[in-house]
Amino acid sequence: MIQLHTPLTVDKIKQLHAGDEVLLSGVIYTGRDAAHKRLVALLDENKPLPFDLKDQTIFYVGPTPSKPGKVFGSGGPTTSGRMDAYSPRLIPLGLRSMIGKGYRSDTVKQSIKENHGVYFGAIGGAGAMMNACIEECEIIAFEDLGPEAIRRLKVKDMPLVVVIDSDGQDLYEIGRKQYLNQK
Amino acid sequence: MKEVQCQDITAAIKKMCMEAACQLPHDVFKAIKDKQLEEDGKLAKKTLQVIIDNASLASENQMPICQDTGMAFVYVTMGQEVHIQGGSLKEAIEEGVRQGYQEGYLRKSVVKDPLFNRVNTQDNTPAIIYYDIVPGDIFKIVLAPKGFGSENMSQIKMLKPSDGLQGVKDFVLKVVNDAGPNACPPMVIGVGIGGSFDKVTMLAKKAMIREIGSHHPNQQYAALEDELLEMINQTGIGPAGYGGKTTALSLNIETFPTHIAGMPVAVSICCHVARHKEVEL
Repeated sequence: MIQLHTPLTVDKIKQLHAGDEVLLSGVIYTGRDAAHKRLVALLDENKPLPFDLKDQTIFYVGPTPSKPGKVFGSGGPTTSGRMDAYSPRLIPLGLRSMIGKGYRSDTVKQSIKENHGVYFGAIGGAGAMMNACIEECEIIAFEDLGPEAIRRLKVKDMPLVVVIDSDGQDLYEIGRKQYLNQK
Repeated sequence: MKEVQCQDITAAIKKMCMEAACQLPHDVFKAIKDKQLEEDGKLAKKTLQVIIDNASLASENQMPICQDTGMAFVYVTMGQEVHIQGGSLKEAIEEGVRQGYQEGYLRKSVVKDPLFNRVNTQDNTPAIIYYDIVPGDIFKIVLAPKGFGSENMSQIKMLKPSDGLQGVKDFVLKVVNDAGPNACPPMVIGVGIGGSFDKVTMLAKKAMIREIGSHHPNQQYAALEDELLEMINQTGIGPAGYGGKTTALSLNIETFPTHIAGMPVAVSICCHVARHKEVEL
């Protein structure tokens, strides 16, 4: 198990390989469909983004509302492919890592490879257990989007798996092949 | 004539929304635990253990199993001798969804317009409601909140009769392969065969909600359910798509007569958080 702390600089990313299990700690940001659309619209208008992307991580999640006295609700990953239209605009600007689940497009993979990024998988549907990893949560942009607003999270030991590494290796292909070869 | 009160319908829907989000149905939970024992890959076994632990944690802490607490799909079976008292049946259901999602701290995931004005309705309404009118005085409601990670991976195809059994098998496998890790495997799969373009999707949903381990009454279809599940669990997609044996927990088929020219097939994909509840009033 690899312990990783944000911000994720290139040297940390280069040590990761598809299939590695990671515990991630530090500050990350949430964002999904509607937030990505607005981020790219800001770029189109040459306006500043709500946070500096350099070496940062975006977790594709729209959590359930927090119960009174709780920091966070239930929050597992959403399907990353819906962000494929936007990610290639953000990765070259410094976005280092993405957390989600599901296939990424060839364009996104290429961008990850060219910019030394990484795509982590979290287990889809396991939203309740993520709650224990979230120490702080603050909405920093697009509050009107409700569950889709951008939140700054402080996380501790968030369990992830490297799905696409900076060499462009993809666990969704490798894991399946390995299983079929064993049989 | 039996009378059913709107306020009782609202209360039942509210309770079911809140419980379904936090409590995995027994058949689904058991299927995941059984499959975990059969899984041999290290990461696959561990992934299933996380899914089991997550479901237990959600139940103990009354926290949603998954953040996508879904759109509310409501299936009403109503005897023609039942009379609804105290308001509109539809509004009673919507109010139950509204209260359940608000008071249960569930995510509101519905936008009021699909294309031009994607603004959140803030209360998870409208629900998607189907009514089935039957003889007698039964009044039954099935609630199946469904997330869209898996809903987006469902597909329909108007096969030709000449495509035959092989055509059905090929299409089901194609849908599962397309879905892969996106659908949060292990999946719960419903296949509809027959009817029409619209009817077949309803059949697939009905099959998806049917109890795990149950079989189609016709032996040929029952055997096909087992065969397709076996084929799917040889694709290697595995839990979370990380590779492994357990790609699906179950596959149920529902059928209906069809036109001489057609053989519609629909595949409804659900994730492992296959939530459903039912109540009779």
